[in-house]
Amino acid sequence: MKSVFVYCEVEDQKVADISQELLSAGKRLAQKLGCPMEAMVFGTDLKDISNQIAHYGVDKIHVADDERLEPFRTLPHASIATKILKKEDPQIILLGATAIGRDLAPRLASVLNCGLTADCTILDIGDHFVKKEKKEYKDLLYAIRPAFGGSIMANIINWDMHPQMATVREGVMKKEIFDENYKAEVINVPVDEIVKDEDFIVKIIERHIEESDVNLKEAPIIVAGGYGVGSKKNFKYLEQLSDLLGGEVGGSRAAVDAGFIDHNRQIGQTGVTVRPKLYIAAGISGAVQHTAGMQDASLIISINNDPDAPMNKLADYVIEGDVSDVIPKMIKYYKKNAK
Amino acid sequence: MRPLKIIVLAKQVPDTRNVGSDAMKPDGTVNRGKLPVIFNPDDLHALELALNIKDRNPETQVTILTMGPKRAADIIREGYYRGADYGIMISDKRFGGADTLATSYTLVKAIQKLSPFDLILGGRQAIDGDTAQVGPQCAEKLNIPQVTYVEEVVSFTDTEIIAKRRLDKGVETVSSPFPCLMTVHETSPVCRSRHAKQVMKYKYARTNTELKSRSTDELILSLHEARPYLGIPEWGVEDIDAEMEKIGLSGSPTKVKSVESIVLTSEESKVLSDSDADIEMMIKELIENHTIG
Repeated sequence: MKSVFVYCEVEDQKVADISQELLSAGKRLAQKLGCPMEAMVFGTDLKDISNQIAHYGVDKIHVADDERLEPFRTLPHASIATKILKKEDPQIILLGATAIGRDLAPRLASVLNCGLTADCTILDIGDHFVKKEKKEYKDLLYAIRPAFGGSIMANIINWDMHPQMATVREGVMKKEIFDENYKAEVINVPVDEIVKDEDFIVKIIERHIEESDVNLKEAPIIVAGGYGVGSKKNFKYLEQLSDLLGGEVGGSRAAVDAGFIDHNRQIGQTGVTVRPKLYIAAGISGAVQHTAGMQDASLIISINNDPDAPMNKLADYVIEGDVSDVIPKMIKYYKKNAK
Repeated sequence: MRPLKIIVLAKQVPDTRNVGSDAMKPDGTVNRGKLPVIFNPDDLHALELALNIKDRNPETQVTILTMGPKRAADIIREGYYRGADYGIMISDKRFGGADTLATSYTLVKAIQKLSPFDLILGGRQAIDGDTAQVGPQCAEKLNIPQVTYVEEVVSFTDTEIIAKRRLDKGVETVSSPFPCLMTVHETSPVCRSRHAKQVMKYKYARTNTELKSRSTDELILSLHEARPYLGIPEWGVEDIDAEMEKIGLSGSPTKVKSVESIVLTSEESKVLSDSDADIEMMIKELIENHTIG
């Protein structure tokens, strides 16, 4: 049976978080379909890379190991991936909705002449009856994603031009080791036979990666502010509370647009998706654009002047009041009561 | 330096950033009529990048290409107002319902008619879908390199262009030979405003469809007689020699099975005041159940 296929991103011999999430999600689909799962990984010095991949339940791993394949460049990766995908002919292909995945996936979809659904947050398997053809298509990929600025969720299917491709947002799927001892067949891809000189005409002149000190995704506690915080100065209160609780500060798009907070701390559909233990939403009205990126938080506190703010409907605690008044009180009483 | 030929891909989109409560119909589908349409924000950045290249190399020719219904001619006029040299509209009912694969096929057929070119620029993504797919798909079909997420053109010569890209966690400077396609990131400079002289010149630019269907007054018709540049070319299926099975709905593999409007789940929330007593009580609860502390 045709496989589920995952493109794994790798940097400095480490498989990216998003790819581990995809492998976990891919395995769940493969189990529903009763089909094998395959992965491909392209980079430099990848001798032991399969050890980071196999335990997600991968049956076959295609490794392209060549010093020219890292850092990522579109053309060589696209050439190699196309060659492998045409040969293996999978039914489903998954990539991360990252800078790399969103660059590579459409190029592949075009060459494979197939459908591609971007930025999915839910993947499932199901059937679809096509009225025109009076035919039931079984076991299709349901690629579900927010659309129209996050105001709707759309279930996108592709019944006649396979493979079915999707990119998946980072931080949405749960990482899940399938079996520590799972054995995968490792295939070394003959890179030299596939790539041509023309694949390297785009040259990287300089590369500057900021090792970000912002780690919203892993933070157990997030203190996030919206436009209602009022000013950059007021955001200091949020920082104080977050430092005290061992959390991170985040913001809505409105707060980023207003210049209250840096764009690398933006939470929401454009921005990071988070699922912390505690989410404190200060002066955030709760547009779907924002809530799409935080609604899975275990506990939500909403601080808002407006009793009708949509965020209040999501919240476990609603505090009606000014952010600049409430947060200092929270700091005060935390200091008083914490052991 | 030789003049460059640049094509800017631009789209008219519903303004999804300002979705009001009446934007959804009771059955959960989008009420497109209630959404105002705008020039896709990232595409304006792409236009600026093209005009910036033209500033540095004034003989450069900037053509703006859009696909959409009749009213999308606004995109061409807006492009003229800000400094584009030419505008082409792809418009035909049979192109409707296209997903990104069918859209890129259609655009590429039009681009091939405009060939040769040096550079194709488009926004990173359009806000009505946020897919970021059409750019790379066009590049693949044209068999040219793509440079995504560009925020600055550092320099260019007769044969190559050097640009800075914005990545998830940093920046990368790359060089690419011409011809190539670039998608432009929202962190690039915002587009210059309309130029009064250009507005005066192109205010009455119209497509044929517009000339025919609107209650067009005699003045505009006579202006079009005298000034052929006011006519916005309108290309349909036959003009770009497109294959029917590759355009519109039939050329689109992805189909919407269902849509669901998002209703925030309302679990019971505790509503507190901003009094000291209420806040201390909440903090104590959170410490006790080990959420914090």
